[in-house]
Amino acid sequence: MALDRLVALVFLIVSLVYGYAAFTYPLLPFERNMAVLPSTLPMALSVLGVVLSVLIMVSPRPKVAEGGLGEIGLETVRGFKLGQTLGLVAAMIAYAVLLRPIGFLAATSLFIVVSAVALGERKFAVLVPIAVSTAVAIWYLVQETLGIFLRPWPSFLS
Amino acid sequence: MFEGILLGLSTALSFKNLIMVMAGCLIGTFIGMLPGLGPMSIIAIMIPVAINVGDPAAALIMLAGVYYGAIFGGSTSSILINAPGVAGTVATSFDGYPLARKGQAGKALAIAAICSFAGGTVGAVLLFGFAPALATVALLFHSAEYFALMVVGLSAIAAFAGTGQVAKALLMTVVGLMMATVGESALFNAPRFTMGIQDLQSGFSFITLAMAIFALPEAFHMVLDPRRSKRGEAAGGEIKGLMITKEEAKKIAPVVGRQSIQGFLIGVMPGAGATIASFLGYAVERNIAKGEEQEEFGKGSIKGLAAPETANNAACTGSFVPLLTLGIPGSGTTAILLGALIALNVAPGPRLMIDRPEIFWAVIVSMYIGNLILLILNLPLIPYIAKVLAVPRNYLIPFILFFTLMGSYIGQNNATELLILVGLGVFATIMRFADYPLAPLLIGFILGGMMENNFARAVNITDGVSFMWERPGTLLLLIIGVVLIFLPAWRRRRAFARERALARRRGVADGS
Repeated sequence: MALDRLVALVFLIVSLVYGYAAFTYPLLPFERNMAVLPSTLPMALSVLGVVLSVLIMVSPRPKVAEGGLGEIGLETVRGFKLGQTLGLVAAMIAYAVLLRPIGFLAATSLFIVVSAVALGERKFAVLVPIAVSTAVAIWYLVQETLGIFLRPWPSFLS
Repeated sequence: MFEGILLGLSTALSFKNLIMVMAGCLIGTFIGMLPGLGPMSIIAIMIPVAINVGDPAAALIMLAGVYYGAIFGGSTSSILINAPGVAGTVATSFDGYPLARKGQAGKALAIAAICSFAGGTVGAVLLFGFAPALATVALLFHSAEYFALMVVGLSAIAAFAGTGQVAKALLMTVVGLMMATVGESALFNAPRFTMGIQDLQSGFSFITLAMAIFALPEAFHMVLDPRRSKRGEAAGGEIKGLMITKEEAKKIAPVVGRQSIQGFLIGVMPGAGATIASFLGYAVERNIAKGEEQEEFGKGSIKGLAAPETANNAACTGSFVPLLTLGIPGSGTTAILLGALIALNVAPGPRLMIDRPEIFWAVIVSMYIGNLILLILNLPLIPYIAKVLAVPRNYLIPFILFFTLMGSYIGQNNATELLILVGLGVFATIMRFADYPLAPLLIGFILGGMMENNFARAVNITDGVSFMWERPGTLLLLIIGVVLIFLPAWRRRRAFARERALARRRGVADGS
């Protein structure tokens, strides 16, 4: 199945789940008499979502739009660097998890170094100084210029 | 109106705001040049900074500067390395890149800069006239008309979606509307659809969403498909010869005149924008050019370069008309700007001109100043700016990712937000490969809350949904909305019928 149909199927499921949540929405006692219920729009949306995703699934396949990639078969994906991308996604998740515990400076330097290495960079003598100085510079800008607190050091130090 | 212009001038010309517009233009140009980073991504990244500026006029002035700078930067990479970072400058590369390969990169960049300036200037002048007039009309609007207006804004997305993309665009709008219902809202008493996640209590963050659906897919796409960030041979070379001859100037002057007006009008229409304006501008100029000149299109015609450049800048200015007067974003970029305005506690719409005239006029005036600054700052700097293109990919991508993470974290100061960002980013990347347009999602997300509020208010006031047909303004707008949704289908059917009729006639002629 072409990727866009598959996505439409996912949206169909999402719309059904959302619709279930909307149609069984637990109203507060005093909300029952309101003209527009908190679930009015969601109910309409779930119906629209179901109709549209079914429409996409059953309608004949359109010509590939300009700039689009069209059919994503295994052939195309094989040429793609999935490993690198997943590595970067993992690095971003790690950044999100580690930001508070190990502090902004360490987390940021690590993130830039790790993601550049994942992309194939091996010149550590250049990479590490750039990463560390960026982390310090951004921390200074955010903390001092914008006045937003960012914990620079690991949490056990401060 | 003249009072307004004076007020705008005095606000826009203050030292701080001049610095803002300069900074915005420079940042926009530099980042906009990097292949893969369009104005939407850049503005999304700059929003946290803008919000921390605090003063809405200054922030919006800066963001508008970033917008122009990014469009100009996008043209630079289109011309030099045939890698348009933005859909709006794709048409620029048709003739810009051939010119650069002929060794006339300097001239091509100069033409691009001058045409952008001219397009932006004419656009700004038209905006002076258009915006206040439209705002006066819009002042008569009640919540019923607002609701209808939101419907028009949302259905306009369908009208301008590509062939076969209408259902997808509408589905993405609906998904955006669904996302808007998550969390607390002004009307109801309990947060909705949070799935028990505490961090969704206040809904999805607009900044996170904007970064996740624009900046991250671009970055991931560059990683997945290294060809996308490949650099051409022109990048490292020297750029000289910025001069344009008198004959050339004479040749492009009428193009600039036509395209600035046409581009502006296309930009005003919600749903259309710089991309459509530039392609249409290119097509129109190619059609009306005569013999020899027409042959040259696509092989390095200066007219072919001037047309999309003028049109896309004029359209950028035009797209501010619905944003400033009706509070309806016509494009992804203005949708992001609208979100930024709301975050800055400014309600865009017809009241903006009355309640906060200094913002309204300062933005309009600063558009002109932004164009001027782009011209005088960038023309001499072009050779140096082009050096940015040499940033290696191994550094570029980690930095883009880091800035999106940072932007989303600064906005919320919440690490869960980062996980949401990554999740939405992966989702948006898949959507992109599946050929689903993403801007409708953001427009739906932004308009969703407003639409629901206005609908509920109108229902409460009129005690029922009778306002939909009893108020002529509402009825008219709703009819327009419905027409816009079905327009593409009707157009397709007509084209289909014509083809069939043609085929039948041909069949008769063949005797088969």
